[in-house]
Amino acid sequence: MANHKNQALAARVLPLGEAAALVSFGTKISLDVHRAVRAFAADLSRHPFRGMTEYVEAYTSVTVFYDPMMLCREKLLNPAPDVPYSFQVAELYIGELLQGSGKAAALTPRHVRIPVCYGGKYGPDLAAVAQYHKMSEEEVVAAHTGGDYLVYMIGFAPGFPYVGGLAPRLATPRRKSPRLVIPKGSVGIAGMQTGVYPIETPGGWQLIGRTPLELFRPDNGENPSLLQAGDSLEFYAISEQEYMDYMAEGSVPVQ
Amino acid sequence: MIHVIRPGDFTTIQDAGRWGYQAWGMPVSGAMDPYAYQAANWLAGNAPGAAALEFTDNGGMLHFDSGGFAALTGADMQAVLNGRPVKPWSSFVLPAEGTLTLGTAVSGRRAYLAVWGGLNVPLVMGSRSTYTPAGIGGLNGRALRIGDMLSVGPAAGTPPLPRVLPPRWRPAYAHEWQLAVIPGPQDDWFRSAEKQKFFLSAYRLAAATDRLHYELSGPSLTVAAPDMVSAASGWGAVEVPSGGQPLIVTPDHGTTRGFAKIGYVMQADFSKLAQAVPGDCLHFVCTTAAAATTAYRRQQEQLDKLRMYVSKGQS
Repeated sequence: MANHKNQALAARVLPLGEAAALVSFGTKISLDVHRAVRAFAADLSRHPFRGMTEYVEAYTSVTVFYDPMMLCREKLLNPAPDVPYSFQVAELYIGELLQGSGKAAALTPRHVRIPVCYGGKYGPDLAAVAQYHKMSEEEVVAAHTGGDYLVYMIGFAPGFPYVGGLAPRLATPRRKSPRLVIPKGSVGIAGMQTGVYPIETPGGWQLIGRTPLELFRPDNGENPSLLQAGDSLEFYAISEQEYMDYMAEGSVPVQ
Repeated sequence: MIHVIRPGDFTTIQDAGRWGYQAWGMPVSGAMDPYAYQAANWLAGNAPGAAALEFTDNGGMLHFDSGGFAALTGADMQAVLNGRPVKPWSSFVLPAEGTLTLGTAVSGRRAYLAVWGGLNVPLVMGSRSTYTPAGIGGLNGRALRIGDMLSVGPAAGTPPLPRVLPPRWRPAYAHEWQLAVIPGPQDDWFRSAEKQKFFLSAYRLAAATDRLHYELSGPSLTVAAPDMVSAASGWGAVEVPSGGQPLIVTPDHGTTRGFAKIGYVMQADFSKLAQAVPGDCLHFVCTTAAAATTAYRRQQEQLDKLRMYVSKGQS
């Protein structure tokens, strides 16, 4: 529960139940907060502490999961009586990392290009989105492919990216009646968000296209998601024929 | 081989969970009742983490073509093996060409069947747990169906002796549950009157209670600042959406969510959640993370004693 100063932002460390700690860098989404999250996550991946099981990056926070039984075996000099011992140990490790955070270089961001077949049966809401903004379908596609996007975090569903960077003129409310099935690979818009559905789910996003890329790759060893937090993204338009060719070949090389 | 003659309402292969992949959006999954699951594995002579069957509401019928050894824990589904009743929380010899029939749960909601050697399905990201929303893990990523065949892993040495667990290891299942909740991390988003309401009222478990989340019905709670930026959630999180009816996050739920959390159900009480039936009454009791850790340690010690009890008298 202490405040830790690092170079840029003060972080709050809070217990999350008995087996996790929330390291919060703020409550509003911003690039500065994102960079602090990235830097701290990079430190955690380089210096995991004993008993830590995993961590999850989010817009403004990193949640560190740990085994409370394992941390209870560590010795503390001055344990506080009212705070769980395991959290105090975790907080100590996290505090040490936060002290040095930002000094180490953040992991190098990757750039990922995502082919999208816009409109038609793959993007059944493209016409509605165009109509909502009084634009042509081509203008919507040009605005969507013209953006610089950033993956702030992965979550909600396996491999699902929370993407920032949608042009404000494309912001569109969700559909009034959500669909029961959104096909895998669908590219959609919801409010100021844009994203890609890695698996078939229900949802209310406006679907403007579909990618043949597999975002969720459960057999891909340690890295089951094509995208990861911090990636920069670009969408580019492909024709229906190219989409079908990609699908027929089974996989698409990441460009 | 195990032949699935009737699959039951929702029967999946589960283990201790798929840890380490939440950063990729991969939920942890795993047995909903960690205590009953681990007790079944100890009773069956398995290593911790062996894959077992999780039955929900109704257990179905299984045929074992070769002999073996198994244990059944959790909900009482009135199990019968070749015409003879099988006591809940017991281990038993499986005769060749044996048929195990499970009915509808009369007490509790989820039962676990561990077979000596464990169920043999491929590891996906280090776990055999089924995660049906993405169709991965377990048997082809789905619940069991009629005609499925399950293979049993290799078992070394001899199985333990058949046992019926003494009452001290068998939890009692009622329809009123007391669940200990550790407040936070957003409990300062709830006025004290709202927190009092949460801890003093009774909530009913709604019909929508599955491996994704549990919906509750009871007094509505008001969140002071409902605009919450999505962050990691986790099993046991008690979230309050803007509608005001709280919900509890269970192991198959999305890794990150955007609802304010009033607290977390402590780990030692996950087993109670797994066994509560829709319509049951839940009372939330405020606890501290320190007390919760102690309760969890006690539960682990109880499982350690159970393991020693099972291995006693073994040749």
